[in-house]
Amino acid sequence: MTAPSTFWQTEPHDHPEGSSTALGFWVYLMSDCLMFAVLFAAYGVLGGNLAAGPGPKDLFDLNLVAVNTAMLLLSSITYGFALLAAYQGRQRATLVWLLVTLGFGLAFLGIELTEFAHLIAEGAGPQRSAFLSAFFALVGTHGLHVAFGSIWLVTLMVQVLQKGLIAANLRRLLCLSMFWHFLDVVWIGVFTFVYLVRMI
Amino acid sequence: MANDLPVPSFLLGRLTWEAIPKEPIVLATFAVVAVGGLAVVALLTRFRLWGYLWREWFTSVDHKKIGIMYMVLGLIMLVRGFADAIMMRLQQMMAFGGSEGYLTAHHYDQVFTAHGVIMIFFVAMPFVTGLMNYVVPLQIGARDVSFPFLNNFSFWMTVGGAVIVMASLFLGEFAQTGWLSFPPLSGIAYSPYVGVDYYIWGLQVAGVGTTLSGINLMVTIIKMRAPGMTLMKMPVFVWTALCTNILIVASFPVLTMTLILLTLDRYLGTNFFTNDLGGNPMMYVNLIWIWGHPEVYILILPLFGVYSEVTATFSGKRLFGYTSMVYATVCITVLSYLVWLHHFFTMGSGASVNSFFGITTMIISIPTGAKIFNWLFTIYRGRLRFELPIMWTIAFMLTFTVGGMTGVLLAVPPADFVLHNSLFLIAHFHNVIIGGVLFGVFAAISYWWPKAFGFTLNKFWGLVSFWFWVVGFWCAFMPLYVLGLMGVTRRMRVFDDPSLQIWFIIAALGAGLIACGIAAFFVQIAVSIRDRAKTRDLSGDPWNGRTLEWATSSPPADYNFAFTPVVHDLDAWWQMKAAGATQPQTGYLPIHMPKNTSSGVVLAGLATVFGMAMVWYIWWLAALSFLALVGTAIAHTFIYHRDFRIEAAKVAQVETARQNALTGAA
Repeated sequence: MTAPSTFWQTEPHDHPEGSSTALGFWVYLMSDCLMFAVLFAAYGVLGGNLAAGPGPKDLFDLNLVAVNTAMLLLSSITYGFALLAAYQGRQRATLVWLLVTLGFGLAFLGIELTEFAHLIAEGAGPQRSAFLSAFFALVGTHGLHVAFGSIWLVTLMVQVLQKGLIAANLRRLLCLSMFWHFLDVVWIGVFTFVYLVRMI
Repeated sequence: MANDLPVPSFLLGRLTWEAIPKEPIVLATFAVVAVGGLAVVALLTRFRLWGYLWREWFTSVDHKKIGIMYMVLGLIMLVRGFADAIMMRLQQMMAFGGSEGYLTAHHYDQVFTAHGVIMIFFVAMPFVTGLMNYVVPLQIGARDVSFPFLNNFSFWMTVGGAVIVMASLFLGEFAQTGWLSFPPLSGIAYSPYVGVDYYIWGLQVAGVGTTLSGINLMVTIIKMRAPGMTLMKMPVFVWTALCTNILIVASFPVLTMTLILLTLDRYLGTNFFTNDLGGNPMMYVNLIWIWGHPEVYILILPLFGVYSEVTATFSGKRLFGYTSMVYATVCITVLSYLVWLHHFFTMGSGASVNSFFGITTMIISIPTGAKIFNWLFTIYRGRLRFELPIMWTIAFMLTFTVGGMTGVLLAVPPADFVLHNSLFLIAHFHNVIIGGVLFGVFAAISYWWPKAFGFTLNKFWGLVSFWFWVVGFWCAFMPLYVLGLMGVTRRMRVFDDPSLQIWFIIAALGAGLIACGIAAFFVQIAVSIRDRAKTRDLSGDPWNGRTLEWATSSPPADYNFAFTPVVHDLDAWWQMKAAGATQPQTGYLPIHMPKNTSSGVVLAGLATVFGMAMVWYIWWLAALSFLALVGTAIAHTFIYHRDFRIEAAKVAQVETARQNALTGAA
């Protein structure tokens, strides 16, 4: 006869709440990454199919895209500051930095929408050619992600205001941080493969 | 339909009176479903079961109940999918010698599309997900999955997808494109009405559920194993579940995005898969099979796990070659991503590309063959008990091996050029999906039923079902191999050559036998429930099992294990029994459990409404339901207290009651 404790945990032990969340969210991001992979692949396959329509050199304004990229990269830094402040328990600083992040995110979206409106007005909408379909789908999906990230960010700001920097909120801030930086990484891919490579 | 498409109105989009099919067969089906549905609703109301169902099942976050609900969904949809199968068999049997059969082309094309979609997405997937949901947490000694609410939500999204697909039967039409909806046929130019849109939104809603449940189970297996259960001490079923969920997470997003691109083509006029303006239809075929091939391994791998558990248990032996079984599973997981092009060797990629994919495809048969030998060697010199689960397993080994070999035949590109799109292919994949997945599901149901409900299934009716299924399968599909070799292509509605008819008659007879097998299965369940007092199992371990799910009561308490088990060996429960260890009967501790929530039902319901609104171009409803969806999701995040405590006294009460029942029975 063996002691029960050989085969069963008889002592009280902790199950920290949300201990799987970070991993689960990370796995979700990887699945999201595959969605972008499909879009990149589609752009790779269709990017040259202009159908006698305008191409990247006719359409893209690298200066605007550079400003846009700066907006997103800056928003990642400020999100980092927000998270640092959150871990130090400085609620006010956290909220301010989140607000700054939101500002950069919205600026990014605004510039992107301007670019889209400009293209569509020029007759270079997503229906014009397979190249433009792939372009709008890839950049637009990224933009939609940023838009949802912004809604989420506002939600979290309200929740931090309501409940303070409790463990659950820190976990949520961490998840959004992963999401936000992930979008940054995807954008680097977009900037490189959609804009830069095609402009050379 | 295409010629008289209604102009969408603001209020109802393109939903008009004309959308209701007037064909007698559809109307009769509708009448039967309506009467049956009303009867169920009336009975539930009569016995005041709505509240019970809502509180104890629909809003439950208990992985066991969600698992059972997945199985119920799979069974219901199996009947629907099988009805389609019977219709096709009858049509093909009749449509000779100038006869047009009894189905119009428009109807027949919907039937074969719906059959494929339903059998894969709403029968096989719910069965597989249901089994993993029920068994994995028990086998790893956990109390629930990592994200219990997400689990409930995933289930209801799968139901939502099924509802959308089923709605197409009575409102409008379903796709007439075949189960993967290849463009340009599925494009707006050739499929202008709602069929393909039903297909898209049904799969998208269900696909969200599948992806989330894949993430959930994967994280559960990585993070929630009992102390001591290292990766190489996980039961084989858990290993196969892990690999399956990795495949789900790594392939379903591809399906989702591919369907989104098709949606953009259909709704916004983009040119991803069109024939003009630079679109590339073959890109769709590539993308969809990059999801589609891993998908078949998503379906079969967990059942390989089931066969492993069943073989070891009923041979009374440790599984032969556990390590090689694990490596074989992982090999298959990786290789399943390197073979997608074998679905379209005829695309014209050239000899070197086709050779590469032909060879990788043949290589997959090596790990699979290793598994077959492992099962055979487990049986070898074991004390085999011929219970239902092992019978299904043996039938699987005989059937699946034939299906595997015809698969290797198809993997040879020159042979595939002849057999591509023929009934030989149809025979092959039914051979592996019925002989592999479905037989495995029946093995699993008869194996774990006593765990889930506390009594064993009736063996006589199980045997009746078993023999009808197995004989019916061989009778129904061997003729298709013959026909395929003679060059008969799939999806044909009428035939000219009268010499083919006899084979279709044999196949239809086989389908009739399978129908008896399905009926016998339902009789088996009814009889077993009637006789449950006689077949009750109090021990929780009716088969003399080896893994942890048998270490707790049947059905397990909400919290699964009063004390978390500590694992030292692969066959953890077997070792506990050998050591004569019994669970402590004092010193119970309070247990934290997640609270039930209605958010999952509400969110999935809104997603379903959104899908239907998109199908019918009811834009205001789509916008409204989408906003409601986002709003409800945000509101749900404001619920912070999602768990409750089961007090130690309550645990003690449940466990003592079980002990008393056990000693009383002895």
